[in-house]
Amino acid sequence: MKGSRRLTAAAIAVSVVALTAACSSSGGFGSPSSTGSAAAATKPNSKPLTLMFGSSGPAETKAVDAAAAAFTKKSGIKVQVIPASDLQQQVAQGFAGNQPPDVFYLDTLTFQNYAKDGVLDPYAPTLPNASNFSPDLRDSFSYKGKFICAPKDASTLALYINTKDWQQAGLGAPPANWSQLEADAKKLTTAGRTGLVIDQNEAGIDEFLYQNGGTVQNSAGNVALDSPQNVQALTFLKSMLTSGIMKFPSQLNAGFSGQAFGENKAAMDVIGNWENGTLQTDYPNVKFKVVPLPAGPTGIHATLSFTNCWGVPKQSQNLGGALEFVKFLTTPQQEMTFAKAFGVIPSLEAAQAQYVQAYPQYAVFVQELKYAHPDIAIAGATQAEDAYNSALEQLASTSPATILKTAQQNLQAVVNSDK
Amino acid sequence: MTAPVIVLLLVFLVAPIVMAAWVSLSNWNGIGSPFASDVSSVGLKNYQALLTDPGLPQQQLGESLRNNLYYVIFVVPVQTALALGLALAVSRKRLSGRGFFRTAYYFPSITSSVAVSVIFLYIFGSTGVVNAIISSLGAHGPNWFDDPSGVLQLLYSGLGVTQAPAALANHGFLGLPWWQWLAGPSVAMIALIVLAIWTTSGTFMLIFLPAIYAIPAELEEAAIMDGANTWQRFWRVTFPMLKPALFLVLTLGLIGTWQVFDQVYLISQGNPAGTTLTPAYLSYLTSFGNQQWGQGAAIAFILFAIIVVFTVLQRLVLKDRGATAGDRA
Repeated sequence: MKGSRRLTAAAIAVSVVALTAACSSSGGFGSPSSTGSAAAATKPNSKPLTLMFGSSGPAETKAVDAAAAAFTKKSGIKVQVIPASDLQQQVAQGFAGNQPPDVFYLDTLTFQNYAKDGVLDPYAPTLPNASNFSPDLRDSFSYKGKFICAPKDASTLALYINTKDWQQAGLGAPPANWSQLEADAKKLTTAGRTGLVIDQNEAGIDEFLYQNGGTVQNSAGNVALDSPQNVQALTFLKSMLTSGIMKFPSQLNAGFSGQAFGENKAAMDVIGNWENGTLQTDYPNVKFKVVPLPAGPTGIHATLSFTNCWGVPKQSQNLGGALEFVKFLTTPQQEMTFAKAFGVIPSLEAAQAQYVQAYPQYAVFVQELKYAHPDIAIAGATQAEDAYNSALEQLASTSPATILKTAQQNLQAVVNSDK
Repeated sequence: MTAPVIVLLLVFLVAPIVMAAWVSLSNWNGIGSPFASDVSSVGLKNYQALLTDPGLPQQQLGESLRNNLYYVIFVVPVQTALALGLALAVSRKRLSGRGFFRTAYYFPSITSSVAVSVIFLYIFGSTGVVNAIISSLGAHGPNWFDDPSGVLQLLYSGLGVTQAPAALANHGFLGLPWWQWLAGPSVAMIALIVLAIWTTSGTFMLIFLPAIYAIPAELEEAAIMDGANTWQRFWRVTFPMLKPALFLVLTLGLIGTWQVFDQVYLISQGNPAGTTLTPAYLSYLTSFGNQQWGQGAAIAFILFAIIVVFTVLQRLVLKDRGATAGDRA
């Protein structure tokens, strides 16, 4: 039968990876993966390095290229820079083929998966600046209490306010707490515009749980989503949604909240500093200011932090060289070069101080780091998180308690399976 | 002569299938070769997690199968009928500018699916063309890609059934209550269904066309002589002659629709509320997103089994119909 030979697209994808593995593993079929002992390999050799990263645009690509060139000039080790179109997939293919890139951008969730498999070199504590990374960023890249890889940048959520809308509504100081946020959103809502937009996923919503005294994961690593505080926080958001003073981007025909804010379909937006780039390139005429997120009913300040690290695989053929390269990339000077080139916030406190001076209008993102909670990341929980996100999308028509109870079960099941 | 062919088949066809089959039975974590010594068999554990153990993997497989089943049920008959209709229309000898119509109908098929998907995102946007047309008719269009409500469930509530009967709400299959199985495709899925029909009908028209041209003119003339009207000539002469082409179109249609991946990947990523999740996309998500390669491969093999079963069933049904039609003639 003609049809039965055709596997699904996914099966092909999986088998292509499998085939790549078979073809490229040095010893052929059945050879154990070559993992050189870390101690013996820490001396740099002359083998060229590969750096794989997901680029936000030409500015980032250029800056990373320049950093690689500067490192080559200093150390004599060649670096091949590979901007990935689908970073996660390409890194996974590298690991399957026993040839992962020597240095790569690694997000917090994928970090958990690789750390669990034990394929990352736990180099972070050996860096000269190791203790200078913000604590919540260190937490993001620690597995079972061990700091593994160095955070390369930091992002936090803040409140973006359209200053023109703000003045027209005759409003004064920015909202300091939830009730002021609600009142301001109400005043800013007009026929063609909603007061507040937030992203319809956990990365846009979980900070409200923390502000209300709740949490997502407790210190023992268990999921703690179905608490009364969290139900209360979601109920507050739901009431703003149903009264129309807050909307999700999809209701405003926008792909994400920053687009709705840029198009002035919303006067306020809870979003991270990546919005600066969006506003600069796509909506240069929007006048805005950035203020800290309002506190919860009992005065708790909280936000979410997002970050990537410089992942280095244990099996790198030039582990020493890769670690030298990361050391070079995690100096305050280099982090400031990146910040100037494409707007990321440095991960080192020393560089953050310089950043605040250079960009006082964005100082709020750095100030918020002191009460930031890392965005949720549990090994193997991609789908459980997706399911949680899907449920949050339906917040307007679902009971908050049900959403949290289901997400609690699904995420805790993943945590349990890891124990 | 045949040796190189066999080697090629082994390397590019048999080996990947065998490897994927092994991966679906193993605890391979995506690091190194799946045949390395540190990868061990976990028996049917990956399949059990999907088929028998209650939990998110089972529930998501159930959802994806439900979604895809409705997708197949809606897309395959409509695209086949449309393709046949288009083929009959452009094969008429009296039609002037046949080449133009053929090209026009075939055009969506050769357009890149990325471009088509992006255009559909705009067409079905909440202020897009489709909703503009609906509102010009006085109705209010839905928020297409964000509406998870099943169209059949909307129909039930139109008939006054708004709450799931207890029997349907409390029992289910693959972690999904029967009420959810009966929900029908979501509004978001309908947009994907329309997209699939629009892009593939032209391709299948191209399969019907030569089959129509291959029907000897004498047959039609003989039927006219026997006094058959247009309708009878189509059902009794043309249609039976097209059976091989119909089988091909249905088979390719079934396989293609069960494997739908690109539109989901580009447009909806399984959202809203998991109502556009399909097994192919779920397999990708499980493998590349969650690094659970064994479970991802297991989903692919479950999908493979489903496609085989459907193809065999369809073959049996068509054979049966062919025999009775032959008896009547």
